[in-house]
Amino acid sequence: MVTDSPDKKSGRWTVIKRVAAAVVGLGVLGGGGFLAYAWYPSIAPITPPQPSSFSPDKIRRGALVAAAGYCSECHTRQDLGGGPDLAGDYKMETPFGDLFSSNITPDPETGIGTWSEEAFRRAMWKGVDREGTQLYPAFPFDHFTQMTAEDISDLYAFIMTRPAVHLKPRDNTIPFPINIRLIGQGAWKLLYFTPGRYKPNPQKDAEWNRGAYLAEGASHCSSCHTPRDFMGAEKQSAKYDGAVIDGWIAPPLNAHNPTPTAWTEDELFAYLRNGVAPLHGPAGGPMSPVPHTFLSQLPASDVHAIAHYFADLDHAAERQSGDAAAVTTAMQRSGTDLVGPTVDPDAKLYQGACGACHYNSGKGPVLGRPELALNNALWLDEPNNLFMVMLHGLTAEEGQSHVAMPSFYTALDDHDMARIAAYLRRTRTNRPAWKDLEKKAAEARATLKTPPVNASR
Amino acid sequence: MTIKFEVNGKPVEIDAPADTPLLWVLRDDLDLTGTKFGCGIGECGACTVHVGGRATRSCITPISSLEGASITTIEGLDPQGNHPVQEAWRNQQVPQCGYCQSGQIMQAVTLLNDFPNPTDADIDGVMGGSLCRCMTYIRIRKAIKEAAVNMPGGETSNGQN
Repeated sequence: MVTDSPDKKSGRWTVIKRVAAAVVGLGVLGGGGFLAYAWYPSIAPITPPQPSSFSPDKIRRGALVAAAGYCSECHTRQDLGGGPDLAGDYKMETPFGDLFSSNITPDPETGIGTWSEEAFRRAMWKGVDREGTQLYPAFPFDHFTQMTAEDISDLYAFIMTRPAVHLKPRDNTIPFPINIRLIGQGAWKLLYFTPGRYKPNPQKDAEWNRGAYLAEGASHCSSCHTPRDFMGAEKQSAKYDGAVIDGWIAPPLNAHNPTPTAWTEDELFAYLRNGVAPLHGPAGGPMSPVPHTFLSQLPASDVHAIAHYFADLDHAAERQSGDAAAVTTAMQRSGTDLVGPTVDPDAKLYQGACGACHYNSGKGPVLGRPELALNNALWLDEPNNLFMVMLHGLTAEEGQSHVAMPSFYTALDDHDMARIAAYLRRTRTNRPAWKDLEKKAAEARATLKTPPVNASR
Repeated sequence: MTIKFEVNGKPVEIDAPADTPLLWVLRDDLDLTGTKFGCGIGECGACTVHVGGRATRSCITPISSLEGASITTIEGLDPQGNHPVQEAWRNQQVPQCGYCQSGQIMQAVTLLNDFPNPTDADIDGVMGGSLCRCMTYIRIRKAIKEAAVNMPGGETSNGQN
C-alpha cells in the first residue's frame, strides 16, 4: 500500500485549504454581491397626496393604464362575499401556499398612501415595496418593468385618487424558507428577472409595437398563457404555449394553438373587445373579465393593436387560407347525429343537453350558437375548458353579453360529461381522443367549491 | 343575494340564494306558471324561456348568472298571445296534453330567428332537445313551417337567407 509522505500530505492540505479559502472567499464576495443585488433601501414615507394635486386628464389616462393591467382583478377580494375595489386580500392559491394580494388604495396604514411616486415606480419596475421588501412574483413586475415612466406616473395618479380603504389582507401561508423574501425572491430575480423598459422592434410597424408594449407590459398576457417552471417563473422556451389557470386552460397564443380556423386579427379583436369570437367561442372563466371589465374601457385602437400583435405571433396570415374549408367542414359536422334517427346513446345525450343551442347549418355559425366543431375548448390537448364551462355555465356578463349558458353541474355526472366530451372530440374534430375523461371530469368538478345551481334531480 | 333583471319587459329584483334556478323564481315568486318543470336537468326542454333572446333551460340556470339579463317567458312573447308561432300552433292544433308546449314554442321562436326558412334538418337539430310525450312532433313540424311563412324576416348571421 502506498502512503503519502508527510510533506506531500501537508502540501495537499495547503491546496485544499487554499481552495476552501477561495470558495469561502468567493462565497462571501458572492454573498455580499447577492445582498447588494437583493437589498433595497426603504424610501421615506410621505403624507398621502391630495387628490387635487393630480390633473383630471392625468387621472383619466391612469384609469386606462389600470384597465389595461387589470389591477382590480387581483387586488380586490373575491372570496368571503367580495371586498372593496383595490383593497387587496384577493386569495391566490399557488403551489407554494396561499398568497393574499396587497391593499393598493391610498390608505396610509394598510394601503399605499405613504408611497411616493418614486416608491410606486420602483415597485412596478423592480418588484420591491416602499420599505425595500422583495415582492413575490405573483405581482407581475417582470412585465410591469417594461412600462414607461409616463404610464406609471398616470397610474399612480389614478390609484392615489381612489377611495382609501382600511383593510389589512390576511397573512400569506408561504412556508419557510421561501418566505425569507430577501433570499428567496432575491434569488428568483437573479435567475429570472430582466428589468428594463419595452424596446420597440424596428422591424415591425407602430401598431405591432403598441400591441406588444401593452401585451408584454401592463396587460401581462403571458402571465397566464405561458407555462411556469418549478420555481414559478414563465418558461421563456415555451412562451405563449398555454397553461392551466384555476382549472381552466389559458390556450396557446402562438402557432401551437390547435383551433381549425386561425386566430386572425378580426377574431382576436372581437374576442378581446366583446368577449366572443364568432369562429372560436366565448371568453369564459378567468378570461371573462379581461374583455368585459377591462379591455372594453380602452380605446378601440389599443385593442386592435393587441389583436394585431397576437395575429402575428400565431402566424394567422399563413394559416387563414384554410379557414373557409375549416368552416365548411365544421358546418357539415355540426348536425352529426342531430338529424334523423339516432342510435348512438352518447349522441342522444348530446342531443338532449346541448344540441338545441349548438346546432348550426348553412355557411357559418349563427352568433349566439357557439359552434363546437370550431370551438377552442374542443380542440385543445385537454378537456379542461369543455368540462369547466359545462359545470359553471356562463353568466349573462361572461362570454357573449346578455346570454347565459346553464350549469350542467347537477344535470350531468362525471360519466355523462366524459361521454359527451369523448363523443364531441371524435365526431367534431380531427384530434386524438382525450384520455381518462371521467377522472378529469371529477377533477374539474372538484375545483368548484359549491354547485352553481340547486337543481332538482 | 339580491339580483336585478328584467322579465317580460318589467324590472324585477329578487332576493334569493345565488344557486336558485330561474324556473323557481318565475313560477313561485313571479307567478309566471306558463313555464313548466319537466326533468329538472335540462334534458327535456319544458322549462325553456328566452335569456337575451336565446332559448335557455330555466331549470338549471342559476339566478346568480342573470344579473342585468332580459328574460322573456311564454306570457311575454306577445301581449295577446298572437305571436306567429302561437297562431300556427293553434291553426295546426298542435298540443295534446299541452305540458311541453310553452317550452316548444319558446324554442321554435329562436329556431325561426336563427333559421327563418328552416329545413327539416334545422328543425331536427334545434328542436331535438324539446321532448313531447304525446308525440305531437309531426304537428310541431307543420306549425313551425307555417309560422316561418308568416314571421317577419328574423335576424340571422349564417348567410342562409
